[in-house]
Amino acid sequence: MMRTLGHIVSRDILLAIRRRADVATTLFFFVIVASLFPLGMGPEPKLLRAMAPGILWVAALLASMLSLGRLFDADYADGCLEQLMLVPEPLALVVIGKVMAHWLISGLPLVLIAPVIALQFDLPAGSLGTLLLALLLGTPLLSLIGAIGAALTVGVRGGGVLVSLLVLPLYVPVLIFGAGAVDASATGMDASGHLSILGALLLLGMVLAPWATAAALRISLE
Amino acid sequence: MLEIIGLGCVRGERRLFGNVSFTLEPGGLVWIQGGNGSGKTTLLRTLCGLTQAMAGEVRWRGEPIQAWGEDYRRELTYIAHANGLKEELSAQENLLVAARLARQPASRVEVDGALQDMGLAGREHLPVKFLSQGQRRRAALARLKLAQPRPLWLLDEPFNALDTHAVAGVRQIMEDHLTRGGMIALTSHQDVGVQAADTQVLRLNA
Repeated sequence: MMRTLGHIVSRDILLAIRRRADVATTLFFFVIVASLFPLGMGPEPKLLRAMAPGILWVAALLASMLSLGRLFDADYADGCLEQLMLVPEPLALVVIGKVMAHWLISGLPLVLIAPVIALQFDLPAGSLGTLLLALLLGTPLLSLIGAIGAALTVGVRGGGVLVSLLVLPLYVPVLIFGAGAVDASATGMDASGHLSILGALLLLGMVLAPWATAAALRISLE
Repeated sequence: MLEIIGLGCVRGERRLFGNVSFTLEPGGLVWIQGGNGSGKTTLLRTLCGLTQAMAGEVRWRGEPIQAWGEDYRRELTYIAHANGLKEELSAQENLLVAARLARQPASRVEVDGALQDMGLAGREHLPVKFLSQGQRRRAALARLKLAQPRPLWLLDEPFNALDTHAVAGVRQIMEDHLTRGGMIALTSHQDVGVQAADTQVLRLNA
């Protein structure tokens, strides 16, 4: 069982290594969107500092959504998804493997680069750790929730727009508590409440999202 | 033994086929015929358990396939119309990944052997995007060489895009499978031409 999980994760990572441009697109999108705000709002440090958590999280949300199209669509187009559904393991396990690989490819690089981006918003050094922790808890949740939307729109023409309509509202709690945690620590308050809720949401997502995604895939591939 | 009892499928609002029944014994082959859109692929997908039947049931060794759950997938190999190959990976990598995921780990030597048997010697390490349609089909069918322990083979237009030489090779692989006591259900527009003790022809009417 764990072996199958490992095979799926290593397969998707190998594919990502072969198509590095796709990984870079997500990362650059995040960097550019987050960098546009200081350019547009002007270099007022107080304003930037106040808006930094929200901007970083919205950019992370959009970047994660941008990469959802690659989660199942390529496998659907070349017939690999059908073969993955015939793997002699529960479909939810296959989904967990795909989501883990998706997070490693598009979520983790974003988490690692976020503190660097945060510097241009003059975010206090003390809250960089909170930002990192919040993103570390929040981005896997984005992949998990996004997988449900991606599975529902597999093979649908113009699915990219549809998936954003489906998924963005579900991202709202992650945005509120993720940005809230960074905001709290930037204003010198305790962020542990926000982080605990993010952690709880992540656990809930880990339990429920793979089953929902598996059910959605079965419906989409009927 | 695969038993199909009164199977019926609906696609959208349209009835594709109804009341399809046949039994596939070890060593038996069923050739599913029918015009375009008559439901051949849907029937094969239903036999895989990928599509739910509207009526009737599919039984494997006496039990409905729903009762078998994931274990049923351990009994079958499905070669779909799409080749199921990743363009960025080489034929060898594709087969290695497919074999691992199917829980039938194969060594590089075995995979290369299967590819060579399918006439892809020297192209094992070429990314699939540089292969022609016929060569891709050969790479997809090379999975059959690695799937010999699986009793049930479900093949959707296996001869598509293949040249006559490759068709003969695939026929040989199928005949070997049948003499081992395997079972094959396939769709094909061309003559199957496989020497089997028990060949049935099933016509679906569009």
